[in-house]
Amino acid sequence: MSEFHIVVCGSIVPDPLQTLAPVEAPTGWSLKNEMMLPAVLDPWAGHALYEAANLAKKHPGSRVWLVSLAPKAKLQQVMMAVSQKAPFELVVADGSASGFTDSHETARVLAETIKGIAGLETSKMLLFGGWQSASRGSGAVMQMVGEMLGVSEQFQGVDKLTVHDDGAIEVKERIEGGSYQNSLVDGAPAVFGWATGELPEPPNNPQIGMQNMQKNMPALMQAKPADLSGTTMKLASVAVPQQRRETRVVKDAPVDEMAREIVEWLKS
Amino acid sequence: MSDTTDTPEVPRAEMEADIVCVGFGPAAGGFLTTLTRGLMNEDGTPVAESAVVPGMPPQVICYERADDIGFGVSGVVTKGRALRASFPDLDLSQIPMAHEVTDEKVLYLRDPVGASRRPAVFKLADKALGRWMEDDAFELPYVPPFLQKHPGMVFSIGQLNQWVGGNLMGTGMAQIWPGSPVAEPLMDGRAVTGVRMADQGVEKNGTPGPGYMPGMDMKAALTVVADGPVGPVGQHLDRALGLPEGKHQREWAVGMKCVVDLPEGCDWQAGTVLHTIGYPEPEIFGFLYVYPGNVASLGIFVPSWFGNPVRTAYRYMQHWMQHPYLWKRLQGGTMRSGGAKSLQESGRRGAPFLCGDGFARIGEGSGSTNVLTGSGVDEAWATGVMLGESVLELMKEGKPYTRETLEATYVARRRASWVEEEAKVAEKSRDGFVSSVVKGFIGMGLTGLTNGLINMPGSPIKPQDRIPTIEEYYKGYIAEGEVLEIRAECARKGTSLHDALMDRVGWPQIPLDGTLLVSHQDALLMGGKVQAAPGYGDHVRFADPYTCEACRERVCIEACSGQAIYTNPEGGAPLFDREKCVHCGACMWNCSKSDLKDSERTNVCFRAGSGGLHSVEN
Repeated sequence: MSEFHIVVCGSIVPDPLQTLAPVEAPTGWSLKNEMMLPAVLDPWAGHALYEAANLAKKHPGSRVWLVSLAPKAKLQQVMMAVSQKAPFELVVADGSASGFTDSHETARVLAETIKGIAGLETSKMLLFGGWQSASRGSGAVMQMVGEMLGVSEQFQGVDKLTVHDDGAIEVKERIEGGSYQNSLVDGAPAVFGWATGELPEPPNNPQIGMQNMQKNMPALMQAKPADLSGTTMKLASVAVPQQRRETRVVKDAPVDEMAREIVEWLKS
Repeated sequence: MSDTTDTPEVPRAEMEADIVCVGFGPAAGGFLTTLTRGLMNEDGTPVAESAVVPGMPPQVICYERADDIGFGVSGVVTKGRALRASFPDLDLSQIPMAHEVTDEKVLYLRDPVGASRRPAVFKLADKALGRWMEDDAFELPYVPPFLQKHPGMVFSIGQLNQWVGGNLMGTGMAQIWPGSPVAEPLMDGRAVTGVRMADQGVEKNGTPGPGYMPGMDMKAALTVVADGPVGPVGQHLDRALGLPEGKHQREWAVGMKCVVDLPEGCDWQAGTVLHTIGYPEPEIFGFLYVYPGNVASLGIFVPSWFGNPVRTAYRYMQHWMQHPYLWKRLQGGTMRSGGAKSLQESGRRGAPFLCGDGFARIGEGSGSTNVLTGSGVDEAWATGVMLGESVLELMKEGKPYTRETLEATYVARRRASWVEEEAKVAEKSRDGFVSSVVKGFIGMGLTGLTNGLINMPGSPIKPQDRIPTIEEYYKGYIAEGEVLEIRAECARKGTSLHDALMDRVGWPQIPLDGTLLVSHQDALLMGGKVQAAPGYGDHVRFADPYTCEACRERVCIEACSGQAIYTNPEGGAPLFDREKCVHCGACMWNCSKSDLKDSERTNVCFRAGSGGLHSVEN
């Protein structure tokens, strides 16, 4: 049976549907009152984390690290919820998670942080993360982190992993046109940018939460500031998407009826 | 109370802490802030050793039902005396949506649409004050001292809780766990030995389902009950221990509120505070607090002594917002979020046993709200501080948390505090509302202006005993036969009876504009989506479904702040959709029938549940 060292890259994003207002300061763009906005684990990274925990459970001896570039105070708050859902070891780089940072700099910080994980064996490493991000969908960070760590086997839009008896990993990836592609990789190391995966969000288990935080509080307290200053990128302007909302809460409506209404709404 | 029993296949987990706190609001904020500041000596050693993790400082855990700290609470104006005492250098600019009070007004609002039910005195006032009114509003020449909040501050409790919680967790001395509903206290006789979390992986009725996980037992030497007026642990203790002689919780109100981006050019400045009376109905009070950045928190309070059995606070709030005085400044604004909360308005008269072996109660659920001044947040914070100081004292002396030691420290502090002194003055201030709204206002004035020496007499009545039938309430306005027809039509169409009856008696329909005047569901979804994690049982249940089946008022359906309780098309007890519930708890007292087993309570049971609003702005 294979034994994996699974490193999940994932950060926090504002809780969906909060009022987001980009503001420009001398230090660059950020979100207004960012530290006071309720935050959640980026849903894409969340899928990756839950898949990682599930895979580790099936393969005894495996370990899961969650590597997070985020303001540590806010991250701690979010971890109080996330750590109830799956066992993991937290590794923190204390820096901005606003989504306005250069993705190359983000990847560099994550790669350096991963290199610093004690006990991580690259030969067993599966590098997990979100295929996209809810804060800014560049879709490039995981790819770059993999390259910086010298991992060339990369898969994006992953929905399922199946580990064969010989240690090979079958990967189900989303590709264009709504189709899937199945690939086979010999085993670790490899990068997997997850789409939604196939697992529901686990329930909150206070016991797992307590065990996790006993391990992870020191990581939060000792987190070092992340240096993201190496960029020359400048954002010319920032705007939130225009939205129009019209809500009715209806349950048990037939799918055809829902589709018809949505089409009519879009046409209007 | 949990409906489930342990099964051999899925054992119930158990853990231990030194102190477990239930609910993270202002009271718990005051408690944990005070406690964590005192847990370590100046030399870096703990003031006491944890009994469960030897060598470590006491392990302090706080469980919060909502999915994040600060979700789904309220805007507030407060003198902030206890907050200032905890944070002498408090810089409000560090807390979003906070500001000093700069202007405070009490407004009497005339009815501009002619549908309000005004007693003769109000009709007289409408005429007599007319010449001094601006946009159908009369500004009282001065704010009575007992209502004044100046000097004080306005803020969003959600933002305050986020700020306090962030500071607390940064100390590493306390853990606050969101998304963690507590079902009930663990009791040994009259002692509390910890708490039991809500079961997961259960069906709607609480029976084990796929993925069943019994709620964990968290044992602790001290359980701090800070779960508010509708919290399951406080309710459980009230049932198990009863209330002290002469105490009862019969006065309630629901605060229906929203946060609004004010239109450009609005002349309200940050720190403006408005209190309104008179409209949409004389029994309904309004409030509006202006935050920095042209944002306001506003809404209404609908009390349990409001006689309408089909009371939908949301629609009343929309009529209130459209009052000419307010609408002149609100029109063109945008709703950011909406929500609701029950307020326990019995105050000191509803105070439970404040402590016992292994437990202490703080905050609104402990009867700390001042019902005369309409102030509760600062009082709740103060009770938390008092308990924090007491616990530190007991820790340092190595004493256990017994009824005797907690009475000698915590209860003694409360009895000697300004919270208690002012609550005594306020205790009878609202008794006049038992008879009529006019006597109620006179009574509040008498109590406030005489510092409690003179009060309007009245003996509070249980909410369920105050609610008339729909036919009685509309007698003289709508003929009984027509009420029957309207009922039948609403039942057939599945539409709101409340709306139909309001339309019929002359309330204009709400001109929805998609930005500020929005549907009830949109208000709950805009900026504060309501959601509930899967796997929990229904937290709203009906004690006796047959009682519901025979009920004709169905106040719970019409009053539900989230439209989560609705008519069962097949008859019988109403249905409940917990994914829409905002956890305001208004259903608990908006019911016209007593629980057959406990006549002090209604037939609606409000238990531990997950989820709710996801807004930290309200």
